[in-house]
Parts: sequence; structure tokens; C-alpha cells
Amino acid sequence: MTAFLLRRLVRFLVVCVGVSVVTFAILHASGDPVALIMPEAPKADRAVLRRALGLHDPLPVQFVRFVTHAARGDFGQSFFHREPAFRLVLERMPTTLTLTVLSLAFALAVALPVGVLSAVRRNSLLDQAATVAVFLGQSMPVFWTGIMLILLFAVHWRLLPVSGWTSWSSVVLPTVTLGAFSAPLLLRIVRSSMLEVIGLDYVRTARAKGVPERWVIWRHALTNAALPLVTVLGLQFGLLLGGAVITESVFAVPGVGRLIVGAIRQLDFPVVQAGVFLLAMIVVTVNFVVDLLYVYLNPQIRLR
Amino acid sequence: MATRVLPSPAVAGLEARPRARSRVARKLVAHPAAIAGALVLLAVAAAAAWAPYVAPHDPARQSLVRRFTPPAWAPGGTLAHPLGTDQVGRDVLSRIVYGARISLLVGVAAVAVSVVVGVTLGLVSGFAGGRVDVAIMTIVDVTLSFPQLLLALAFVAALGPSLVTIIVVLGLTGWERYARVVRAEVLALREKEFIEAARALGVGWGRMLLRHVLPNTLSSITVMSTLQVAQAILQEAALSFLGVGSGGTHPTWGQMIALGRDFVTVAWWLPTFPGLAILVTVLAINLVGDRLRDALDPRTT
Repeated sequence: MTAFLLRRLVRFLVVCVGVSVVTFAILHASGDPVALIMPEAPKADRAVLRRALGLHDPLPVQFVRFVTHAARGDFGQSFFHREPAFRLVLERMPTTLTLTVLSLAFALAVALPVGVLSAVRRNSLLDQAATVAVFLGQSMPVFWTGIMLILLFAVHWRLLPVSGWTSWSSVVLPTVTLGAFSAPLLLRIVRSSMLEVIGLDYVRTARAKGVPERWVIWRHALTNAALPLVTVLGLQFGLLLGGAVITESVFAVPGVGRLIVGAIRQLDFPVVQAGVFLLAMIVVTVNFVVDLLYVYLNPQIRLR
Repeated sequence: MATRVLPSPAVAGLEARPRARSRVARKLVAHPAAIAGALVLLAVAAAAAWAPYVAPHDPARQSLVRRFTPPAWAPGGTLAHPLGTDQVGRDVLSRIVYGARISLLVGVAAVAVSVVVGVTLGLVSGFAGGRVDVAIMTIVDVTLSFPQLLLALAFVAALGPSLVTIIVVLGLTGWERYARVVRAEVLALREKEFIEAARALGVGWGRMLLRHVLPNTLSSITVMSTLQVAQAILQEAALSFLGVGSGGTHPTWGQMIALGRDFVTVAWWLPTFPGLAILVTVLAINLVGDRLRDALDPRTT
């Protein structure tokens, strides 16, 4: 098991380096970022900016500097807000994480019971309705779902605010929007892994022993069916953060996603880099933790 | 263009005997939802291809007197504009018809990029092994750790929004699934005795590829690429919703929804119909793709 953990740790570190390379590349993808930032400026001004940003150095030198600074949380000053880019991102991170975690919780609260029930009562009305809902849910653009919810609940029925992130009522629509984005996939996973498990011998044994059906399903079967779900949750986290970027833009939620989208439009590279780097690092870390959790939950690996 | 997705079961059937091919066809036909999906897809593709003949109006023509005309069935609507007009009096239906062009084009082209890159890297990874393999699989890990949309957004912005940029960037963020499948197939094959025998007889890698690796992965690739077209369409819509669209003059569905969001209180039809267009198209592709998966998956036969 130590070897397994060590391998995962090495992979984690390597991926961290890879994330830095890609984040670094964002600034240089265009060839000359200065020409992009100030296209009409005179040559002398450009040279000043180039020097200020350290762009005259060879790429490897720039990269090492980028990484050492990034490790200390220094991505430079935002071009537009007179503040360090990293601080801007950090300030908005709790909002984004709250939205993401709430949405994931909402998605699980729907996907777990419905997924289990539609596996247990296969081809029932509930199962068929769930299948239709999954298909619809996976085919809907997140931002459109959000706008349709605004149309119904904020404009038509006037029950909830159109946008913002100030009161509990303003949290509802973004959470439901982002949750609806991730629930279909989770439901699919729960249903299919549940279907796989309830056909197994040990479930039959449990039933033969006279364990109550409810106990068999929710205790015996679900604990084993949950294993694939744990892995998927890690991957889902990345998707959810991506979805959060869109959801924040739809509902004007003051989170990292909205900050990054705004920064991208203004070509505020330090903020873009800081935001993308931090979000990617969160995804990498979450996946690393999920890997560890998987080891802990799966006796086949734990006891080796 | 998207209709090309349909003949794939027959193509994938190349690996199987004729009887298996007809079984795949029969499985496909037995499902009305998949048929409906295929027909809708055909209709959308046809509308995109012959947009100038299908669209009732020039999508760019503005008319100040006809601003915010509601859909035909709503009070104040007119049959001349079945789905109403926008804030500068452009016909919503015509704009949706033209928008289908960009959605389908980006969807199919991005997936083509993904398949080419993924299959190539998968082959290299599998055949070369060792450090090359580790390097490529690390790249896969890294790409999977970024919120895909965010990465696409950042690079499209840095490279300057254009149709080609969007296609390439979306293509480069979705190839890892093909690389994994092809690599696994190559690794499995390398262990087989008949491959060793063939190699001993002097059969080259190129022939090995064409005869063994590609046929065995074709059905997975068909299914994955069909479903990825749906994802790519959603991603393109998200990018243009966020304002880093193709930069072209033609409207895209995502842009239309973004504009419609600003008028959500006065003109509900503006964000609603382009979204429905996306929903219907993507749903159709997903239905076909899902059925393809069931029909081609050897485990269920």
C-alpha cells in the first residue's frame, strides 16, 4: 500500500508541475502578450511594459520565476484593479466553493435516492421518468437552465431574486442550476453501479439470511455501489467548477468564475492566471484526496 | 455534416460478420427514441446546409418598427415572424437557422481534431511505451485537472476569438478519452501470441494497426465521438454565451441567449428559443449516441 500511496504522491506532484506549465502558457499562447494588451501603444511604451512584466528574459527563466512566485501566491498585480491578482482571487474563492459544495450536495440529495430507487425498481414509472430526466438534463446548457429558472421563479412568479448573492433566497437559483447540471451524471452512475451490485451473490445471501430488504439495499448494496461514485465525485468537482464559472456569470454571483470571465475580457492576465491556477490546484488536490479515500474505502487495495 | 454520424454502425460493422452488422442495424431500428433523434438531427443538418432557403428572413436585417414582436401565437405576434423578433427587430427563427451552421460545424470539427490527436497519441503511447507513455499519460492527467471550460475560455481569449481557434481549443481539450481507449487496445494486443507470431513473420506495425488496433477500437471511438459532438456543441454555446465566441458576423445560439438574458423581463422568447434549439439538437445526438453504444457494446449482445 505504501508503494501505491507513493506512486499517487509522485503523480500528484508531477500534475502540479503540469498545471503550472499550462497556466504559464496562457500568457504566451498569443506569441506577444504585450501586443495583445496594448495594441496601439508606441514602441517605447511597449518596451517599458515588456520590461516591467519581465518578458525580455528567455522563456525558461520566465517559467522558473513564474513557478517560484506562484508557489508564494504571487501572480503579480492585476492590470485593472490596483491589487495583487492572487488576493482578488482568494477573496472570491469562498463564494465559489460555497456554490460548488451546495450544488454538489443538492445534486447528491436528488441523485442518490432516485438512482437507488430506479435501480431497485427497474423499468418502473420512476425509472423511466428518471431516464428521461437524465437525458434532458444532460442536453441542457447550464446557462440556459439558469435563465429559464430566472424567467419562471424571478420574473413570472416573483418568488426569488433575479441575481446576486446577498440573501439565502438569492442562493437558491444558482445552486439549483449548477446542481441540475451535475445531478444527471451522478444519477446515472448510482443507478448503473447499483444495478451491478444488487445482482451479486452477497446481496442474495443477505436476503436469504432474512435481512430486511430496506437494510439490504441501503446498507449492504449501497456501500459497495458508492465506490465508483467516489471516483466520479472527484472528476465531477472539476466539471462543477467549470459550471460554476457559467452559473456565476448568469446570476451575477461575485465569485472566482465571474472574476476570471471579466479578467479574460479585459486581458487582465495576472488575474486569469491566478484564478485558473488556483481552481486547477483545487481540482488536483480534491482528486488526490479522492484517490486516498478510495484506498481507504476499498479493502482490496487497503489490505494488499 | 452531422448526418455522417449515422452510417457509423455500418462502418463499425466492418469488424464484424454481416450477420452481426444486421443485428446492430436491427437494434438501432427497434428504438423509436433513437430514430426520432436521427430524424431531428437530419432536419437540423438540412436546415443548416440550406439556411438561405429555410430561413424566412435575412438574419441580419433590422427593423425598428418590428422590435420585440412576440411569437406568432402570443398576443401581438405575427405569422411573418413565427418565433418573434429581437431588440433590433431581427427575425429570431432565421437567426436560429443560421446559428445551426456554427454549432454543427464547431461540434463536428472539434471532435475530428480530438479523434485525430487522441488516436495518434494513444498509438504512440501504446507502441512506444516507457518514458513516452508516462509523458503522454501525464499530459492526460494534467488536462483532466483543469476545468475544461475555463481552459478553453482562457486560450480562446489569448489567441483571439475565431472559428478556427474555438475548434482547435475545444478539440485539444477532449482527446484524452480516445488516447486511453487506443492505448489500452495496443497494450492488450502486445501481449497476444498471434501478434508476436505475426511480428516474427515480419508483419509491420502499420499493418498491425490497420488490421487489429483500429477495427477493435472503432466502435468505442464511434460512440465516444458521437457523444462528444453533443458536448462540443454545449461548450461552444457556453463560450459564445460568455462572450468569447467565433467573432464572426453570423449569430450563434450562445450569443443569442446571452443577448436574450438582458431582455428576460420584457421578451421571454429571446433566450428561450435558441436554448430550445440547443436542447433539441444535443438531445437528438445524445439519443443516437446512447443507442449506438447499446447496439455496439459487445457486452450486451
